[in-house]
Amino acid sequence: MTALNGRAWKFGDNISTDQIAPGRYFHLRSNLPELAKHVLEDARADFAQNTKPRDFVVAGRNFGLGSSREHAPVIIKMVGVSAVLAQSFARIFYRNAINIGLPAIICDTAQIEDGDQIEVNLALGTVLNATRNRRLSFPPLPDIMRDILEEGGLIRYIKKYGDLEISG
Amino acid sequence: MSEKIISEHAGRQVTAGETIIAKVDLCFTHDASGPLLIQQLKELGMKILNPGNVVFFIDHAVPAPRRENANDQKLIRDFAREFGVNFSEAGEGICHQLVAEDYALPGQIILGTDSHTVTAGALGAFATGMGATDMAVAMALGKTWLRVPETLSVRISGGLRKGSFSKDVALCLIGILGSEGANYKSIEFSGSTIEGMRMSERLTLSNMVVEAGAKAGIIPADGETRRFLNERGRDGFRQIDSDVNAHYEDMIDIDATKLRPMIALPDSVDNVRPIDEIGRVEIDSVFIGSCTNGRIEDLRIVAGILSGRKIHRGTRLVITPSSRRTLMEAIKDGTLQTLLLSGASVTPPGCGVCFGALGGVPADGENIITSTNRNFKARTGNPKAHTYLASPAVCAATALKGFISDPGEYI
Repeated sequence: MTALNGRAWKFGDNISTDQIAPGRYFHLRSNLPELAKHVLEDARADFAQNTKPRDFVVAGRNFGLGSSREHAPVIIKMVGVSAVLAQSFARIFYRNAINIGLPAIICDTAQIEDGDQIEVNLALGTVLNATRNRRLSFPPLPDIMRDILEEGGLIRYIKKYGDLEISG
Repeated sequence: MSEKIISEHAGRQVTAGETIIAKVDLCFTHDASGPLLIQQLKELGMKILNPGNVVFFIDHAVPAPRRENANDQKLIRDFAREFGVNFSEAGEGICHQLVAEDYALPGQIILGTDSHTVTAGALGAFATGMGATDMAVAMALGKTWLRVPETLSVRISGGLRKGSFSKDVALCLIGILGSEGANYKSIEFSGSTIEGMRMSERLTLSNMVVEAGAKAGIIPADGETRRFLNERGRDGFRQIDSDVNAHYEDMIDIDATKLRPMIALPDSVDNVRPIDEIGRVEIDSVFIGSCTNGRIEDLRIVAGILSGRKIHRGTRLVITPSSRRTLMEAIKDGTLQTLLLSGASVTPPGCGVCFGALGGVPADGENIITSTNRNFKARTGNPKAHTYLASPAVCAATALKGFISDPGEYI
């Protein structure tokens, strides 16, 4: 996978799926382009309108806690975000993100400020904060998640291999 | 316990930290994730392997408030008929209540497209929430991949004081652990308090473990589990004991005899204080219901407090029974009449009020207290409202007084 470049949109700790894809837009869950217009609206009102393709969501601890709604990572990806970086992720969100082909990266996001230009290299496991000239590294995904992400998500993985397999 | 159950389903002995493939006994979804799941199944081009082990529920926005919801529900209804899976129509109740009553068995692996799937851990099952894509694959292949979780032992001992309930134990535990204190881990409950709890109370406890990030919250099956299953004419009881030398990553002890009613303050479930330490908090709206605390046992406690009294002028009270059966029992024993006479609005069984999709939405700047599981910003449908969590008893006492109140004097 090639390196990803873009602007950081900074969020705090404990951003819940209720803030990413609010329940009051429940009726839009089968209309994802419309739902995506409200992505993260309750955490940062300026995000959905101003984010550009290839930008990054950069958060603190426990990103995506709460509901299992996969619509949360789906609409983050849909507005063009190329990866979510956080100090930690809630379990279901983490799995869902990888399953739909959205990289979820665990690293020291305190080294990144809002608006910084960053470059993520998934293969090397590095994040370069070009604005502040800081380099961070992140641990590799567990094998099966790496394989799923490399295929672009779980559906493509199953279509290719026909089954779930633990490599190594 | 998790390792034992997962080992049985992986066909070999597994240990915490490993990634394995496990067979799945029950998969379920609902109108919140079902449409996306159906789309993913179609994309996958595969059929459902064991339709008898799959349930589609319509419970999240019922009766359908908008055309979009109605269309989503029709999609699920048609799909369920075409593929011969089990189906639960709008109005039957909340999936977690019905899974506990009609499907879950000790020792099973249960997956649901809902974070509160952990509720079925109260029957001694390994039950966990996943997203639509994971579930599409689990339904198609009859298996899933799991990272075998480390286990956190939580021992709760002693009798609960008058006015304190399993919800207070749950909130206390989440306060101790924090909102990610059990992330990726399985919680295993033990102790005399748990042994003395009825299934309705145990379901509340297992239900809430996900609020500390846990993957599962297991209560070993025992005589109470057997009674619960027998009462519903269900076979399949088995006792699975944890190994004497089971490895626990950590152990937490809670002395239930000291536990006061607990309140989670806005905007996070781990922001927990005993009721005596929060001062006077005026409340505009009260909601009692959800997969956490909408069972008949909860409604009876609420009716006991409200009986012969009127709710505070200026405070609203909305109550949602967790299932059709719950509602019918509440009609039969007079509970419903007591609730209505006190001034409560009662809505049809479902999830809508809890997560802000349908009904009971507070106004800007208002305070709402609920018996549910989450108080995140925007959860109740208005990001400008403030949500508190408590037991049904605290909610009922609060509805009478108009500020967050100890139910002790009414019990």
